[in-house]
Amino acid sequence: MTNLEDLYREIILDHYRSPRNRGELPSPPAHIVEGFNPLCGDEVVAYLDVRDGVLVDIKLTGHGCSISQSSASLMSAAVKGKPLDEVEATIDTFKSLMTTRESDLEKSEEASAADLRTLGELAALRGVVKFPVRIKCATLAWNTLRQGLEELAS
Amino acid sequence: MSSFNARRVRDDIPQLRREVNGRLITYLDSGASSLQPQAVINAMSRYYELRHANVHRGVYQTANEATEAYEGSRAAVAHFVNAPGGASEIVFTKNTTESMNLVARSWGATNLRRGDVVLVTEMEHHANLVPWFQLRETNGIEVRFIPVGDDYRLDLSELEGLLAGVKLLSVTAMSNVLGTKNPVRALANAAHAAGALIAIDAAQSVIHGPTDVVDLDVDFLAFSGHKMLGPTGIGVLWTREAVLNTMPPFLGGGGMIADVRMDGFTPARGVARFEAGTPPIAEAIGLRAAVRYLEGLGMEAVAAHDEELTSDALRRLELTFDGRVRVVGPLTTERRGGVISLDVEGVHPHDVAQVLDQFGVCVRPGHHCAKPLMRRYGLAATARASFGPYSMTKDTDVLLEALEHALKMFG
Repeated sequence: MTNLEDLYREIILDHYRSPRNRGELPSPPAHIVEGFNPLCGDEVVAYLDVRDGVLVDIKLTGHGCSISQSSASLMSAAVKGKPLDEVEATIDTFKSLMTTRESDLEKSEEASAADLRTLGELAALRGVVKFPVRIKCATLAWNTLRQGLEELAS
Repeated sequence: MSSFNARRVRDDIPQLRREVNGRLITYLDSGASSLQPQAVINAMSRYYELRHANVHRGVYQTANEATEAYEGSRAAVAHFVNAPGGASEIVFTKNTTESMNLVARSWGATNLRRGDVVLVTEMEHHANLVPWFQLRETNGIEVRFIPVGDDYRLDLSELEGLLAGVKLLSVTAMSNVLGTKNPVRALANAAHAAGALIAIDAAQSVIHGPTDVVDLDVDFLAFSGHKMLGPTGIGVLWTREAVLNTMPPFLGGGGMIADVRMDGFTPARGVARFEAGTPPIAEAIGLRAAVRYLEGLGMEAVAAHDEELTSDALRRLELTFDGRVRVVGPLTTERRGGVISLDVEGVHPHDVAQVLDQFGVCVRPGHHCAKPLMRRYGLAATARASFGPYSMTKDTDVLLEALEHALKMFG
């Protein structure tokens, strides 16, 4: 039996109620990228200010469920001001967290203790994997960020 | 309560005995798909266990039985909607969506030219929008909309003007988001007076009250088996035989021909021309059992029960939550059925549905395949609770308890 508290951790509800880095950045210079979950209508719009290989600033708008919006907020706090290689590494770590099977959760807890430390508050989203249909909510902002960085690189 | 016994209906539905997350299931998603009585499941099982054969082909005993059962279903469905021409007016499809596509691709593509107008409404399901948009792309037709008002009903004040140049009015009998029941007979009269035909998406309405195509005076009627206690995989298109015979086949293949030669083919006459390939035989048999079951309950009684439940739920939602849970739809049961969309203060519909699941409550979050309507009301999604004949006020009890919890959790 799944437990709601695994999904709706206090940190998640906090970021949902008071999203960080909410708003827009002037574009240009900021790059704008939009992400949608067409089936549920969730939307994340990211404004990325990248200079000299550093994500100097990030702002987000959009709407959706607590998981999609809190994940976006947590992401912005985790990647803001970071060099792009660190941003990419954080995206990788987070996405691998979202593909960890529920049965492997406990095992991976030891194995990836280092990763979880890197993730900090983001680790609160770990419980989402117990609710498979919500994984796409949690990854929306991250896929959007990655798409934006790819667009900037090309 | 009327003579209708929901408790007995409930006992006939095996899935309602199941537990979810440690609680007895509270199924409030009949608007998406209804549950099946044991009689429907048994009818399909018996076909697979004892009578399985293809239809319209063999001469042996079981093939005859399968054909009789399949065609018997057609006759039962004809009776259910009071088709004046009987079974020869009932086309079996996959679902309502395919039925609407059949109208668009066959009747529409043949009869509509550049500039002809198909009039729909802002409260349509995508199944009654996209086929017309596709025809707009291929045939250059115009798709026009009857607006909805802030009262969640069609705004018919400009109907006469909107009907100018209209060849077909295609409209839902009951909104799958708002629960609003549209005045089908009045719309049919207006359409016919303007020289147009009228097609009805009855996917939602068919389980919420009687459906009589003569009484409604419509030209096409589409619905799905799985929203009326039947199985998935079978839908119905009813139209008059005179109209049917002017419609070219939709899908080509076996079963839909009178003759095939090296240089071409002659389509079969009647409904057969629209049923290429092996049809959904078990599903038709299941649908027949569903029709028999519903006729046993009486659709008037089903409608009265639906109204009672809806009235009770609307009243208690208002009383319990004092505006924190807003009903997106009419607030009285006048011309309204048991589909109730909710906008819960500060809680996204997906989170509402997630919390409700913890209580074993099944509701549907999302845009309900009616995005133009959602946009019209400035909503991205709602959480929708919908009743079936087996629903009872105790389902609403659990719904309210779970909504209370969701509000507390996110508040």
